[in-house]
Amino acid sequence: MESIIERIERGHFWNFHGGVHPPEQKFLTCDKPIRQLPLPEQLTIPVQQNIGQAGELLVKTGDYVLKGQALTQAKHPMAVPVHAPTSGTITDIKNTLIAHPSGLSELCIILTPDNEDKWKKRQIHSNYQQLSKHDIIEKIADSGIAGMGGAGFPSHIKVSTTEKINYLIINAAECEPYITADDLLMKEQCAAIVDGIKILAQILVPDFILIGIEDNKSQAIKALQHATQSLDKFKVCVLPTKYPTGGEKQLIMSLTGQEVPAGVLPSALGIVMHNIATCFAIADAVINDIPLIKRVVTVTGQALAKPQNVWALLGTPVEFLLKQCAYQAPDKQHIIMGGPMMGFSLSSNKVPIVKISNCILAPSEKEISFTSSKEVECIRCGQCAEVCPSQLLPQELQWSAKAKDQQQLNKLNLFDCIECGACSYVCPSHIPLVHYYRIAKAEIRQQNLLDIKAEKAKERFEARKSRLEREKIAREEKHKKAAEARKARMNAGTPAANKEKSAVAAALARVKAKKALTKENNSENTSTDEKLVEQNISVEQTEKKSQVAAAIARAKAKKLAAKASSNNIEKVVSDTDSPVETTPKDDKKAKVAAAIAKAKAKKRATESTSVKAKIESHNNKSIEDEKEHASSEQKTAPNDVKDSVQVNDKKAKIAAAVAKAKARKSAKASIKAPTNDDTDNIEHSPVNRVIDLKRDEDNSPLLDKKARISAAVAKAKAKKQQAESK
Amino acid sequence: MSILIAILVLGIMASLFGAILGYASVHFKVEGDPLAEQLDALLPQTQCGQCGYPGCKPYAEAVANGEAINKCAPGGEDTIKKIAELMGVEIQPLDENHEADNSPKVAFIIEEDCIGCTKCIQACPVDAIIGATKQMHTIIIDECTGCDLCVAPCPVDCIEMVAITQTTQNWQWDLNNIPVVQID
Repeated sequence: MESIIERIERGHFWNFHGGVHPPEQKFLTCDKPIRQLPLPEQLTIPVQQNIGQAGELLVKTGDYVLKGQALTQAKHPMAVPVHAPTSGTITDIKNTLIAHPSGLSELCIILTPDNEDKWKKRQIHSNYQQLSKHDIIEKIADSGIAGMGGAGFPSHIKVSTTEKINYLIINAAECEPYITADDLLMKEQCAAIVDGIKILAQILVPDFILIGIEDNKSQAIKALQHATQSLDKFKVCVLPTKYPTGGEKQLIMSLTGQEVPAGVLPSALGIVMHNIATCFAIADAVINDIPLIKRVVTVTGQALAKPQNVWALLGTPVEFLLKQCAYQAPDKQHIIMGGPMMGFSLSSNKVPIVKISNCILAPSEKEISFTSSKEVECIRCGQCAEVCPSQLLPQELQWSAKAKDQQQLNKLNLFDCIECGACSYVCPSHIPLVHYYRIAKAEIRQQNLLDIKAEKAKERFEARKSRLEREKIAREEKHKKAAEARKARMNAGTPAANKEKSAVAAALARVKAKKALTKENNSENTSTDEKLVEQNISVEQTEKKSQVAAAIARAKAKKLAAKASSNNIEKVVSDTDSPVETTPKDDKKAKVAAAIAKAKAKKRATESTSVKAKIESHNNKSIEDEKEHASSEQKTAPNDVKDSVQVNDKKAKIAAAVAKAKARKSAKASIKAPTNDDTDNIEHSPVNRVIDLKRDEDNSPLLDKKARISAAVAKAKAKKQQAESK
Repeated sequence: MSILIAILVLGIMASLFGAILGYASVHFKVEGDPLAEQLDALLPQTQCGQCGYPGCKPYAEAVANGEAINKCAPGGEDTIKKIAELMGVEIQPLDENHEADNSPKVAFIIEEDCIGCTKCIQACPVDAIIGATKQMHTIIIDECTGCDLCVAPCPVDCIEMVAITQTTQNWQWDLNNIPVVQID
């Protein structure tokens, strides 16, 4: 069997499956030179222009930058920096509409040129052969070079592969029917491109360098053949024109007959592929120290009077390019970025050119119609499967995508779809197949992200549960140990221990005696039943009473709180005008009133708590009774009592806490200090804590903080009252 | 005689195969994924407790034991569909008691209002809130499941649920919704 190289030398190539022949439109631009453009008024440079991660900002608004100066810094291996395309001032750094089918905004650096085009200091290496491999890779990374064919994959990752490379393939196919950017670049900058390829060869040391080019670019082929005729390893491979020859996997198949398996990088097969424009950018970066700040863009379409290839600075608005090429705006504008097959419609023509934008297409209504082609049902003609270069089953995929059957989509290898659009192109039913695949792909990616997040949440939840469990066990252990220590102490035989022991014994005896007493009482079963009922009623009554008292206290407290907060607001307002307190009189008055009302409320609250305490003690007794003589009737009654008492207890506590907090506040206003007897109960109330905080900061001049805290207090109170009323 | 031989031969064969099968069933036993585990994998793991169980796993266990499959509000229709498929039961609409809005959200603490009470930290099922007593708290957005459980305990109402902003990373293609701006 003849080797791959022998076959290539004889001009015999392989053929990939499928493919289409859309009508060629390259004649619009292919015989005009690449035009230099004046500087636009403003450049919008998206921070992220590549696949992977965005770099970190190095500049801030107002900075003056020189041409070629790095604006971001790559901290992540998959990040690529961006550079200033010309000298000027950074006027803004903000989220702006970018070239993305979603029409979403991303972080962009806005640069206003000073029209001087002043370069940063450059280091020119005309003999790059002396540079080390490491230096060259670093240079490529620092120059912000990302695959310029359309994917935007960071080039330094591709060239730093450790695999043995047999073939370095240079992609010059440019199979999209309108685009001529690479064609023109090859015609005009052939020597630089060959330099770029040589630099790549120096790093990768391939056995052969294959330049894949379609046979519709005769001048470019001649130029390349002329530039490489003295170089052994270089083979210019002229392939028949067919869309999508320029796809990575398709070109590898055409040139070497090898199929790249799904999920495997070509480097695993000993192949690395670079776009021809990337080679030019690498040459510029390594030799002339020019980072990636401009690219050739084909501005084409029949809606333009002067379609032409242009050198566009990255960040140039599409609008500017269209104007330069004499755009005659029809009623219904529709601008496509990328080619007609794989490009996407722009949501606005203010979006900037980025590293991957190779074409701006402004078609006339006749050329590409956006209204007439209406999707109809699939007739199962199977043409899509015939043209699919990835040998997928487009119609099956379409049905699964519509049914959102992700499992089936994965089974049908949706992710091997290169979104070339050949299936949509041939579909007689005008089904936008690729759009369905794009939607499905995005959904699957999203689902995968969610799955990862769910997994993480699960782990964290489990971790938390086990932590709580551990803490609980540790606590129990601690209590057990403490109890044991106490026991040991009591049994030690010292006089102190004996005393403690006897005290415990006495307490036990008391409890026993009490039990015996209640036993006697309960021997007359019916009477206790009645008693319990009576008790229940009385408890209910007292509960109601205390509730009413608490409600009144609350209402008053609320009123006062409102007053206080309004005062506070006034204070804040006045504070902003003059830092000195201007309303101390009003404040004091209100505080006095508040204090009086609060004292009242507190009294009531304590009353209700004392009632509650009485009930509780009574109730506890009855519960113990009930434990001894379990009768179902009795069981329900005291439990009810207990529940209601507990609820009441809580309410009274809250009311007391609120009242006390206020009382404390008023104490600060130098009236009188009511004593705090049951501080323990309210220790954990946030209101109290805030008051503490407030007291701490009372002397500080940060009055607005004070106001904020009091606002928080008021909010907390309102919330609590709401909860209570529920 | 021949009958005896036949019975003997068949008997020996039967016991031999029986022994092989018995050995295989013990030594090559496949640990099947228990139903609750499989159900747990389908649930969104927000640990929100909206189903009435303290977390996704307890609900998965309950579903495996016959609880209604339509109580997971964050999972919504999709999750119900998947559970129904797994359990081989009819798809039910989401329980009416639950909120139908399951758009992704994360909690956000209005930091100037936070008083540092730690109540939200105790409520968070995935430890996604950091802070300490009397110190401002904040939420780790990447870990927040949007379960809503921290909102209620906050005494000063400084936690709100915000929708996750759309970026080009999490954007979904929606052909009818691409905002094509007409420029004049």
